[in-house]
Amino acid sequence: MSAIEKFHDILANRHQYAMDWKERTGGKVVGGLCTYVPLEIVYAAGMLPVRVLGTHEVQDVTDRYLFPTVCPFCRDTLAQGLKGRYDYLDGLAMGRTCSHIQGTFDNWRNYISTTLVYYIWFPCHRESPRAVDCLVGEYTGFKEALEKLTGKPITDDGLDKAIELYNTNRRLMKQVYELRKNEDPPITGAEAMEMVVTSQLMDVVEHNKLLEELLEELPDRKLDRETGLRLMMIGSEMDDIEFVQMMEELGCTIVIDEHCSGSRFFWDEVVPGEDRLAAIASRYVHRWPCPAVSSNFSDRFDRVLKIAQDWNVQGALVYQQKFCDPHEFDIPLLQQMFKEHDIPTLVLEFDVTIPFGQFRTRIEAFLEMAELEVL
Amino acid sequence: MTTNMKYKTKPLDCWQWGKELRLEAYQEFLKGHEEGKLMVLGCAATPYGMLAGLGDFVFLAGEPYGASVAADPPFSIPCMETYEAKGYSRDMCGYMRNFLGSMFLDKYYFTGGSFPKFDFAWSVRHCPAGHPKWHQIVSEYQDIPMNYIDDETMLAVDGDPEHRIDYVAGQYLDTIEWMEKVTGRTYDDEKGIEAMRTYFRNESLWGEICLLNGAIPAPLDIKSMFALMPISMLRRHEKIATDFLTTLRDEMKDRIANEIAAVATERYRMCMLTPPPWSFLKVFRYLETFGVVFVGTYVYLINSGEVKFLLDEGEAVPATVPEERPGWPEMKNREDLCRTIARWRAEHPFQSHLDIRKKEYIIIYNHWHGNAYLLLMNRGCVPMTTSMYDFQRDMQAHGIPVAMFEGNFADCRDIDETGVLDRLEAFLEGQGIQKLPSL
Ligand code: SF4
Ligand code: SF4
Repeated sequence: MSAIEKFHDILANRHQYAMDWKERTGGKVVGGLCTYVPLEIVYAAGMLPVRVLGTHEVQDVTDRYLFPTVCPFCRDTLAQGLKGRYDYLDGLAMGRTCSHIQGTFDNWRNYISTTLVYYIWFPCHRESPRAVDCLVGEYTGFKEALEKLTGKPITDDGLDKAIELYNTNRRLMKQVYELRKNEDPPITGAEAMEMVVTSQLMDVVEHNKLLEELLEELPDRKLDRETGLRLMMIGSEMDDIEFVQMMEELGCTIVIDEHCSGSRFFWDEVVPGEDRLAAIASRYVHRWPCPAVSSNFSDRFDRVLKIAQDWNVQGALVYQQKFCDPHEFDIPLLQQMFKEHDIPTLVLEFDVTIPFGQFRTRIEAFLEMAELEVL
Repeated sequence: MTTNMKYKTKPLDCWQWGKELRLEAYQEFLKGHEEGKLMVLGCAATPYGMLAGLGDFVFLAGEPYGASVAADPPFSIPCMETYEAKGYSRDMCGYMRNFLGSMFLDKYYFTGGSFPKFDFAWSVRHCPAGHPKWHQIVSEYQDIPMNYIDDETMLAVDGDPEHRIDYVAGQYLDTIEWMEKVTGRTYDDEKGIEAMRTYFRNESLWGEICLLNGAIPAPLDIKSMFALMPISMLRRHEKIATDFLTTLRDEMKDRIANEIAAVATERYRMCMLTPPPWSFLKVFRYLETFGVVFVGTYVYLINSGEVKFLLDEGEAVPATVPEERPGWPEMKNREDLCRTIARWRAEHPFQSHLDIRKKEYIIIYNHWHGNAYLLLMNRGCVPMTTSMYDFQRDMQAHGIPVAMFEGNFADCRDIDETGVLDRLEAFLEGQGIQKLPSL
């Protein structure tokens, strides 16, 4: 089985993977809402950090808890908890970001019996020179809570090892992303997304191993398809692989992305330092920001434009989780920026389930239009 | 509950004074620059009294401005349409949409003239989707500097809080230096401290006024509260506001002693959590025809005011100002000032987490001697609505009747007024409350 097939397989059986991991290692599993939960600290505690995700299935269990104008991703994730699909979690943590995920967290804490439910009050004023110190204070409490849960201390050695492993993970994924700059990328956008999403679900040692396999396989890999238009996907939470597959079947390839199941999640490394928690905190404060914690357009947009140019994109798909206001604030100016750089954009609004037929037509029209511009 | 009482009623003696003060506050926005005052944009929860350290200023709080616009559909609709034409979405903060639309249109609501140009934007973060992002757009559009304070520490539930206070107090300190830089002015600590003393006093006074409405009959109804609130909301740093609020409080005490009611036919008391749709204030007048009096809105009790909820005792009491709190030092310098603000805000109930808010809702309902809650499922504000169903269930579990309706507090296009009135009428009938025959 190729590395790509393995990612696919693990993603399809992600709950089974986590439960097997528990059995194999005797360790505990901690779920994370949003990508602001410090994976390094969880892993250093001997636990498996997994990102809590939805399934894109229709559900009716969250209406008692969350108002319908809460973003579909948050409703979907809460639904998974309410349906008992995350009953194997020993802990759930959240890094404060937006009001929607806050609602998911609050309701999880009240209505789903996970042993440890922990709120990391992430300092959202990331431009403040005081943010890192504050986050160290948060991590100190989080670390203690995890230590209590496992009955074992989190050591500096453990943190060093976790930092190194996650940095390696990030570096390897970046190497794969580098190959997507090729005229004919050896990996599709959907496959790349499976790689990144599994990095949020798997033991980092095992994921690194698969990444090494993948990097050996990719140079000889020839895709049985035309690359077509080179597109970028940009937006809020996105893990709808089926949608990306459908899109790529229409004659394009996603060569780069900017969202929390893609580059924004893994791009930045921890710069090791004597104070381990401070080093980790610095990474999360200064990482590629989610718009929910960034109030400086250029902070995000400069990076977006740079990757768009470096990966030579010919169009951008801006997708929007319905009601996600942090991203909605950015969209008009983001579109303007792309326009100024002659990059056509298409904005699509996503709900838990999406109108595939309608989207297909819109994407086809967009691709035709973008192709004309390229020619 | 259904007995038909007829209380004595009379207008507030200080009503006219209140009206003048409110008008003055709005007019200030127009004359700001002319009079050499700094024009600052922020959110209503910002401790803007601090700005006094820079000299005279006018602080335009975005939400009350958005609310004023929203209350006037002929002005509001073009604002929202202009905003939407720029590509912004309809499901974002309703106040913001009115505000930004008015800015894009370059029409200032209170005069119809040009929209003000600010010197800078400065605000507490307040709502994770809200103010810094909102101000980001203004800052880009007007090309003005912006800064903000991330201080929602009341959301935190785990871990030791001290580092959060350090972080928040530190941001206030940094912000003073930043303001000096962007304005070229020197910050006068004494003036900043003095204005913030007044600010705390006025917050506490407004909280006390809202609590006094627990009396039966209620001395103030919600419409009068909304009319007077701009004084505590916009002039919280001014001594004149202290004078007014003290007078108002004393007059309320007097009305309570003499059983003078806001609504003569009061027989059913309703409470709200959030504001109603501003273009639909007639709902209050209409429900008065049933003998319904609205005694308070949680958000305005604790957003322009401050009370202390004693969660274990199940009581709400007026908040003590910082320097009278045991263990809180006197404010002698800007470090004390910044730490005091950080601590005050940390204890402020606004946006405290779900479990605490649930308790507070029950406490204030009991304090106000409510007969029911009216909940607005507000499509115009995520933070206020996210867990509304949970609140509803909790209230019902406490035996509180709950009426609900859906709409948008700042978009008149987004409410079915007739449908809502029908629903409320049916709800009241279910409670044994019919329209009063005499009216
Ligand atoms: S940032 Fe947007 S997509 Fe992410 S949780 Fe918040 S509302 Fe949902
Ligand atoms: S709390 Fe609500 S009204 Fe206030 S800024 Fe946020 S979305 Fe707008």
